[in-house]
Amino acid sequence: MCCTDMALAYVEAHASWSAANTRPSLGRDYAAFLTRGPDGSARAAFAVEDVRCASCMSTIERGLAGLPGVTAARLNFSDRRLAVTWRPDAEPDVPAVLSALDALGFRAQLFDPGSRPDAETAETKRLITALAVAGFASMNVMLLAISVWAGTVSDMTPENRDLFHWIQALIALPAAAYAGRPFYEGAFRGLRAGRVTMDFPITLGIVLTLVMSVVESLSGATHAYFDGAVMLLFFLLIGRVLEQSMRRRTRMLAENLAALRSEGATVVDADGSLRDVPTSDLVPGLRILIRPGERIPADGVVERGMSDLDHSLVTGETAAIAVRGGDTVFAGALNGNGALTVRVAAASGSSLLDAVEALMRRALEARSRTLVLADRATRLYVPLVHAAAALTLAGWLAAGAGWHAAILSAVAVLIVTCPCALGLAIPAVQVVSAGSLFRDGVLLNDGTALERFAAIDTVVFDKTGTLTLPEPSLTDGDHPPGILALAARLALSSRHPMAAALAKAAGGAEPVPDAQEAAGLGVRALVDGVELRLGSARFCGAEAEAAAALAENPAASVICFRAGDAAPVVFPVHQALRPEAAQVVEALLAADRRVLILSGDRAPAVEAVAARLGIAEWEAGLTPLEKIARIEALQRAGRRVLMVGDGLNDAPALAAAHASLSPVTAAHVSQAAADALFLGRSLTPVLSVLDAGARARRLMLQNLWFSAAYNLLAVPLAAAGWLTPLIAALAMSGSSVIVTLNALRARVATGARPAPVAIAGRRAPPSAFPLLPGRP
Amino acid sequence: MNVLLLVIPIALALGTLGLVACVWALRSGQYDDIEGAEYRVLHDD
Repeated sequence: MCCTDMALAYVEAHASWSAANTRPSLGRDYAAFLTRGPDGSARAAFAVEDVRCASCMSTIERGLAGLPGVTAARLNFSDRRLAVTWRPDAEPDVPAVLSALDALGFRAQLFDPGSRPDAETAETKRLITALAVAGFASMNVMLLAISVWAGTVSDMTPENRDLFHWIQALIALPAAAYAGRPFYEGAFRGLRAGRVTMDFPITLGIVLTLVMSVVESLSGATHAYFDGAVMLLFFLLIGRVLEQSMRRRTRMLAENLAALRSEGATVVDADGSLRDVPTSDLVPGLRILIRPGERIPADGVVERGMSDLDHSLVTGETAAIAVRGGDTVFAGALNGNGALTVRVAAASGSSLLDAVEALMRRALEARSRTLVLADRATRLYVPLVHAAAALTLAGWLAAGAGWHAAILSAVAVLIVTCPCALGLAIPAVQVVSAGSLFRDGVLLNDGTALERFAAIDTVVFDKTGTLTLPEPSLTDGDHPPGILALAARLALSSRHPMAAALAKAAGGAEPVPDAQEAAGLGVRALVDGVELRLGSARFCGAEAEAAAALAENPAASVICFRAGDAAPVVFPVHQALRPEAAQVVEALLAADRRVLILSGDRAPAVEAVAARLGIAEWEAGLTPLEKIARIEALQRAGRRVLMVGDGLNDAPALAAAHASLSPVTAAHVSQAAADALFLGRSLTPVLSVLDAGARARRLMLQNLWFSAAYNLLAVPLAAAGWLTPLIAALAMSGSSVIVTLNALRARVATGARPAPVAIAGRRAPPSAFPLLPGRP
Repeated sequence: MNVLLLVIPIALALGTLGLVACVWALRSGQYDDIEGAEYRVLHDD
């Protein structure tokens, strides 16, 4: 497309009475999203929604293979990403791919190549390689070790035993040097920061075991512990790999969601041409075009156009605010029915986002979260074990045994207590719980959040977008059906969020032909010589009716419809409660938890919601600062607060609370601050996380007690010098397997969970879980 | 017992072969889409 066309499109986007406002895509330049291969072939990555079955995969791949210039289209089913490659000589045609996907019934969005988590993928690969090496080594070393154990009770000659020991050393030493690096590095990092992490005893245990085994082999002793060292590494690496892949998967899906919510901006160049760029490329001074129905990507000042903005994601305020040239707009606000040209403002430190971030930093510094279980276990474990080893050494020396025997026993204590079970006890539960939460539609940002969820006794909700659905919907009532159907068809032509609520009532009907949108006013069309109008009260001449409807329903907004000279009809639109919100609040209150609403919205709107949900404690019109103050006051009074919120204004409160949860429709900053995100429309994930947290904490404690009991048994055995490699191998593998099996109960329990899940919208419309792994 | 000197290297060589195959599979991206692979095998292209 040549630039005159694009300039024209830009002018059209601003013009009144233009169908261009409703056209999904103007001319765009996607170059910023493409990467070039070594042979010059272009590649682009897309996040694809609604991929739910195996046949979708071949539908998409075959559907795209026929496009001109496309050499390969491959869909990654695990992370729902599509990679498209073009021939080096072909012009990459991104819109063609998007429209082909659209025709196949899939919504897709381009990915910003800069944001792809290459470091994370590399780390996963490194850990899996280390796991493969440790697995190979432990299998082969164990094979030789078992021969030695069998040989000690039969007729193996000392020469053969030594040979077998040296072969084991040959395998185990390089394998441990390679596969143990994640632990060695972790231990060094910890020590440099002045902390003793769990990596430290692991490293110490492995190194000492290997050194002692080499020394013993040199002196031709009966026992060597090479098998124990590599087996330990193998088990611990399993835990690490699971943890890492959980983290990576959560992040990739969260990124897909971010991309699907169009994290791009349209830049207007000096000549009027339009370019699509990732939001991260926006710099102060750029002019950006925001079409009706789009979210504002960055703070700025309106240069041209007028519209009304929905700030519900920013301040929690549901009433629309009118903006015009010269007004300041904030990132995250949803544009109404006019196109705006905005000049991106410099990061002056005075924008709303800056204020929120400063508050978040303050909240994070002030927060004194209790030490997580793993840290507490490490703090107890490390000195106790090392004291036990020192005591063993001293005891044997005092008893008159030689240095050799005394050191041998002390090292045996360190080997047998090497935190195999302890190292798996908590990550295994976290991974299994995260997996079962994932199936319930909750993405966990932080594994340690599970323990914090377990301690919650107070739940604070934000109202807009959290207790209510993020998008408005038509208020129930007796709307004349014929008029409603006609208005809904007309609403299909508008991109205004309130019109979208009305359009849902259209139920698959065709839009009215030749409908035209008037920026800032509404839509109109001519049908059978009668002029239909849909839009603001002024546009339809329905001020009186609108005022009456608002008086009756103070929390609602209105959209008006008029056919010719007939009396105008007013449709109240409000933000409906999330499904099951009432049951969730009831269940929370029944479980003796305190429930509060802290909202930034107007008092009447908050009061109405609180009354319907039976929440006695609510406050309205709060600023972010006041929200934190309320939460900190609650926490000072000894309450453990779970904050559930989505708005930019909730982000500091999310950071300040003991634990936090956000819907996936939340503002960027809030998503980053929350411990977990939930997908879908239902509010039941609030119960799921509290349940999962309590269950996970119980299992973690069981595992920790089991590990303690195991050590209590094994340490005297090792201190007494009775620890043969066979016993060490059995004890280590046995305890690890038991701990892992116990962790798996976190998953079993979910399947049989009663009431809360029964109401957890399992039959929600498919689009409610756009990115969950579905089974065909 | 000399047979050991033959058998053990063979066993180790076979094991190493497996390890190399695993690392190669990892490097060539065969673990990138574990869920997709289980369906892809059913498509006859």
